[in-house]
Formats: sequence, structure tokens, C-alpha cells
Amino acid sequence: MNQPVTELDTALRTRDLSVWYGDTQAVKHISLEIPRNRVVAFIGPSGCGKSTLLRCFNRMNDLIPAARVGGEVNFRGQNLYDDDVDPVEVRRRIGMVFQKPNPFPKSIYENVAFGLRINGFKGDLSEQVERSLRAAAIWDEVKDRLQDSALGLSGGQQQRLCIARALAVEPEILLMDEPASALDPIATSRIEDLIEDLKNEYTIVIVTHNMQQAARVSDYTAFLYIGELIEYGDTERLFTNPSEERTEQYITGRFG
Amino acid sequence: MSLQDERFEPRLARRRRNGKIFQAVCLSSIAFSIAMLIILLFDVAKDGAAWFSFDFITSFPSRIPDRAGVKPAILGSLWVMMLVAAISFPFGVGAAIYLEEYAPKGRVRRLIQTNIANLAGVPSIVYGILGLAIFVRFFGFGRSILAGAATLALLVLPVVIIAAQEAIRAVPSSLREAAYGVGATRWQVVRHHVLPVAMPGILTGMILSLSRAIGETAPVILVGALAFVAFTPTGPMDLFTVLPIQIFNWTARPQAEFHGLAAAGIIVLLIVLLMMNATAILLRNYYQSRRGG
Amino acid sequence: MSQTDPDLKRRAGRRVGEGLIAGLLFTCGLVSVLTTIGIVVVLVTESAGFFRQVPLVDFLTGTQWSPLYTDQQFGILPLLNGTLMIAVGAMVLALPIGLTSAIYLSEYASKRVRGIVKPLLEILAGIPTVVYGYFALVFITPVLRAVFPGAGVYNAASGAIVVGIMIIPMVASLSEDALSAVPRSLREAAYGLGATKFEVSTRVAVPAALSGIAASFILAVSRAIGETMAVTLAAGATPRMTLNFLESIQTMTAYIVQVSLGETPHGSLEYKTIFAVGLVLFLITLAMNLLSNRITTRFREAYE
Repeated sequence: MNQPVTELDTALRTRDLSVWYGDTQAVKHISLEIPRNRVVAFIGPSGCGKSTLLRCFNRMNDLIPAARVGGEVNFRGQNLYDDDVDPVEVRRRIGMVFQKPNPFPKSIYENVAFGLRINGFKGDLSEQVERSLRAAAIWDEVKDRLQDSALGLSGGQQQRLCIARALAVEPEILLMDEPASALDPIATSRIEDLIEDLKNEYTIVIVTHNMQQAARVSDYTAFLYIGELIEYGDTERLFTNPSEERTEQYITGRFG
Repeated sequence: MSLQDERFEPRLARRRRNGKIFQAVCLSSIAFSIAMLIILLFDVAKDGAAWFSFDFITSFPSRIPDRAGVKPAILGSLWVMMLVAAISFPFGVGAAIYLEEYAPKGRVRRLIQTNIANLAGVPSIVYGILGLAIFVRFFGFGRSILAGAATLALLVLPVVIIAAQEAIRAVPSSLREAAYGVGATRWQVVRHHVLPVAMPGILTGMILSLSRAIGETAPVILVGALAFVAFTPTGPMDLFTVLPIQIFNWTARPQAEFHGLAAAGIIVLLIVLLMMNATAILLRNYYQSRRGG
Repeated sequence: MSQTDPDLKRRAGRRVGEGLIAGLLFTCGLVSVLTTIGIVVVLVTESAGFFRQVPLVDFLTGTQWSPLYTDQQFGILPLLNGTLMIAVGAMVLALPIGLTSAIYLSEYASKRVRGIVKPLLEILAGIPTVVYGYFALVFITPVLRAVFPGAGVYNAASGAIVVGIMIIPMVASLSEDALSAVPRSLREAAYGLGATKFEVSTRVAVPAALSGIAASFILAVSRAIGETMAVTLAAGATPRMTLNFLESIQTMTAYIVQVSLGETPHGSLEYKTIFAVGLVLFLITLAMNLLSNRITTRFREAYE
């Protein structure tokens, strides 16, 4: 297991992180570091805990009553799971894009503005909305119909809108939980191009069940298996010359 | 979090506080409803306890409060309920079977379905007006138990149909397919395979609609149930009264003793309702556990 | 095959039997249609007789309703006024309480709390309306008169309050259904942006469920308009044009009860008022129910 981030700045670090759903342990004592302004991919067969791990980073697991978290997630010098940390504050700084596009049944403008309004954005709302839509590479397609319902967009457009919505509140880290799995290949490739652009400003962690996507898009890849971190390192090296046998088996399609 | 952000002013403390206030408001709404329920039941129990006795149940109403009772009302209600069940069960279940098993999926089926849904929303007093014109006058039943029962049967029919439909729909199609597969006719499939499985759900729906019918007052007034009945009914064509009307009659009198009598009558009515609903729930749970467990 | 296998042909007797049964069942299905037709025919034909004697315009615009007195006046506006006062008053009570109850049950309550509160609300919904009438006279009216000494023994406010209590469960349960139908992913998206539970509930879930909530409101109003026994007992028998909730009034439904209880001869003009007023009542509630349906179906696709 290689930790790649010795020279780079760390955006987020987990230490002995575990998650239990009732009696089942879904994530087992994982320690890793997410480097700043890079794309890290979590891969592994279904049920390996990669989504669960991702959701620890913005405390979304809090929403599941049966979930229990142990260990630490360190962000900006603080353990996110300390008692005095408010998850609402965490989530503005660590944003999330979900597997199935989930725009609000509101207008395109209001979708992006929502996060700004509740978080008390002090600048020009419309300007920020435009900036976010541009950053998500969807401005040109929607600039003339900002008041139209977001539900009228295609799947790929909706997902880019959701990305814009997440970017609007200026997070440091963007978590993406299989963002393209519900989309067609063309829309998928647009999202992948977008990720490439976004990493200049944001740190991105992406969960994907598509290995080729991980290989295309990420700088570092972590391979998880039944809740454990098996291998973590430079993407190119991991895919061409993995250190662990299970990693190699997964990559060559022996299981999962 | 340590860092302050110039672009955003999240005002978390204020938002959290608003959230707590809102939660308190919501909770007080629920508390209000529950409080009203408790006060209502408490008032009824307090006012009626003194008047509730065996004599009360077995006596006729009287101008003298001490001697008044609900016997004719109880018997009237029983008669009416039996007839309502006898009328609404075949028509209700028949309609449900037709809609679920026989009717082709098309305009006719949708029309009947929407119609039933709309009927469920018609005020009960309108059913009373219908019953007055059709059963009392046109069919000539007069102000009889039969007229009252027929009117109430029409009132609860939509509820029976919808409940029976749901029960029939819940029968897995694999059961039907197996029966058709061995060459059964449609009616045979329904009668021997679908209905037995759906029957608990149907019965539950029946009991719930009867418990609705037994508390109805307005349609029965329209149909001419009497306020003061000094005899017990012996047949479906007799004049009659029902428990809610007796309660209404006593409540409308200004003297306090009659309010006590009304409360005692309410106790009787609520006990009957409790028993009916408990039966329905037990029935549902028993068959649900048998099927699912 | 040149010869048809006799066993494969449907036996004629069985076919007739099946046909008969299908026909019988169809008849059962027709009963509901006949009921609707019956209601319409009865109300319209008897009202036609009424309107031959009382001009429709007088009926719809007159402000005096006194069919049972020597100076007969047939203006329905006082009855409409009374009905509206009850409906509006009931909604002012039931809408906020019902909706906030629904939000709590849907967004905040634990399974255990929900398991206790929902049955209690169902009990509230299952109590016969005559019992609510009793409750109004015995509890609501005295309390009201203690707070407002000018209130009459019979007054619109008591009726409105008790009808409001009666329909809270309806608003709560239908609104909660609407809220539950909002997909979880929408709430997750809002939480992901750093929203509090209060904001997720009120700015995402409720707006997304709005059509279902609106439909539930309309159905509840319709129910309040059709309510009879509680208002008969508590709100009074004085048809009048007023906005003063402390006075006694009369609703359309209470009037119909009043006439039925009296010894009004069949076929007389007074008797026919039952049908004329009943027709108005039926049309209003029908319109509201149709509107509620329309809203539900028209906006149902609005989530995804």
C-alpha cells in the first residue's frame, strides 16, 4: 500500500476510519490521505464500502440512523467527527454530486441559487450562478432559459447542473458518487472532461465502478475490497503494475 | 470550523435556532390534536359515567331522565347494520371483482373507477336526500329500517369497493396464472383462488365501513328515523331510531341531565366502535402475519 | 385438424353460466354509476319543481332565507354565508396545524413517535360527527364564551373550531402521504449543500410536495362544507348575512336537517327547498373534489 502524498498538500486525511451499519462493519479501519487539487478515485466491487467511505467525508452518513462511525476524518486541522463540529458547516465546504441526477423541481437558476441563499452568500447572486454554470460547462446551453424548470433538461445536463449547484457554494473538495453511471456515453465523457478541468480549483474524490473511467480521469486510485483499503497509489502505476494480488485480480476482471 | 469565510455568512446559530422553533411549533400542533382528543374523551366519560348503567342500555327513552335508556336505539342500530352489511357486501365485492378481474382496461373501467372515487367525496347528507327520494318515496319503503339501511349502504359502498379492490389486487398474479393454467374458468379462478386469499382484506374493509355507517346521523335523519321511539323494532319495515340520533336528540335539549344521557349514549357508541375497529385491526394483523411471516 | 376435438370446445352450458356471472358482476359495478345518476336526477328534477315557483335569480342573490315562516323568502346567500364561515374558520385552524403535524411526522418523527401519533390521529378521524357536536356544546362553547363574553350560546366560531379539529387528521394524513412521496435523493441533495433539517423540510420537501398538499387542503375544505351534525348542534339555526363569528348562523347542511326534523308535508315548497339547497351543496363539493383530482394528476409528474 503506497501513500502518494508525501510532497503534496493534503486536503483531507482519514485515520483508522470505520463505519458500522448495525452490526455489519462496512468500512474497516481505513487511513488514507487525499491530496489537494488532484482527482482520487475509489474503485472496488459492489458492496466494498467505497460509497460509504465517501459519505464519511461530508458526514452524510449522519442521515442514516443505524450508521456508526469510528476513527477520524481530518480536514483543515480538525476532526470532522468531533462533538463540536456542525455537519451543516462541513457540507458547505465539502460538496457532493450523486449517482442519479437530483435537481430540485425548481428553475435552473433557483437550483444553483439554493445553496447560496441558505448559506447567506454575500455577493451578487446572479453573477455567482452564472460563474457556477460556466464552471460546470453548461452555461451556454441554459443561459437563455434560466427560469425554465430544471426537470426539462436531459440526464447529462441535469447532472452538470447538479455539479454547478455544488460548485456554487465554493467547496474545497467535491465528492462524486458514481456521477456518470446513470448517463449515456456522450454525457459521461463530457463529465469526465469537466472533472479534468475542475481539479485545478477543487480537490475531487470520485467513486466509480468503471475501472476505465478511473484510469482515464484520476491521478490516484484507491482499491477497496469488503471494507478494507487494499491498495492506494498513483493511478497509472496501480493499473499497470499493482502491488497487491487482489488488486491485480480485480483489475483483470477475475472478480467483481 | 476555524476559518471564517468572507464570501458566505452562514449564520448557523440563527438557522439552528429557527429550526428548533419550527420543530417546537410542529410538536405543539400534534400536541394540540392529542389534547383535544383527550379532553373530548375525558368530558364524555366524566359526563356520561353517572348515567351509564345496565338500566340505561335496557330502557326506552323517556321524558324523565332517570328512566331514559337507549334500548331501541341500540336495537335499531343493530338492525340497520345487519342490513347495511347484507346489502353492501354483495354489491361492493361484486363490483370490486368486476373491476379487478373482468372489466377490460379501458374507458368504461376508468369511468366507473373515477365515479366511485367521486362518490366517496359526496357529503353524507346528500346520500340522505337521495335515500329520501328513492327509498322512502319512490320505492315506497317509508321511514323504515330498510330505507335507512339502503341509504347507508349506498353511502359506504365506495369504501367497500375500494377496500375490496385493494385486497383483490394484493393477490399475487402467479396464483391466478396457476389456476388458469389448469383450465379453470374466470369465475372458478375468482371464487376458489382469488376470493379466499382476498377475503380477510375484504372483511377488514367491510368492518371499517360498517363502523363508519354506525356513526352516521344526517342521512338517517333525512330518511326519517324518529327522535323518540317507544318500541323495539321487529322487522325491516318498522319505524326506527339509531344510536347517533338518540345522542343528537339528547344533546340538542337544553337541560343538563339530557347532556349526561347523551354522554352515556356516546360511551356506548364509542365502545361499539372500539370493538369493531379492534376486530378489524386484529383481523388484518393476523392475516398479514400469516401471509408475510 | 379436420375434426375439432370436442373436449376443447367450450361447453355451451358453462359458457352461459360464465356469461351470467359476468353480467351479474357488471351490474354490481353499475350500482355506483346508478347512484351518481340517481343523485343528479333526484336533485335536478325536484329542484326544477322548486325553481318553477321561485325564480333562480332570487334564489341565488337573495339575502333573506325564511322558507318556514309566513313571510317566505328564498334567498340562499345567508346559508352560503354560514357554510363559508364554517369552512373558512375550520381551514384557518386545520391547515396550519394539519400541515405542521404532517411535516413533523414525515421529517422529524422517529418510527416510535409515528407509531403512536398516527393511530391517535386516526382515532380522532373516526369519531362520529355527532360526538364532535356534543364536544362543541360542552367544551368549546363554554370556553369561547369565557374568553369572549359576547358570544351566543350558538355561534359560528364553535362550529368552525370543532369542524377544524375534525379535519386536522385528514389534512395531516394526506399531506404526509404527499411528503413521503418526495424522493429521498432531493433531500440528500439539499443536505449536501449544507442545509439544516428545517430548511430541507420547508424549502425542498414541502415545495416538492405542494400539489399533493394543495389537493389535501381542497378535499378538507370540501369535507368542512359538507359537515352536518356538529354545525347543527353548535352553530345555530339563524340564517343571516354576517361576518361575526360570535353570532349564531345556519349552514346549508344544518338547514336541511332542520326541515327534515320538522313535519314538512311532502311535495310542498318547503319540502322542495331540501333539494334546491342540496343541489347547491352537491355542486360545490363536486367542483372541489374535481379540482383536487385535477391538481393531483396534472402536477404529479413534477418530481423527476
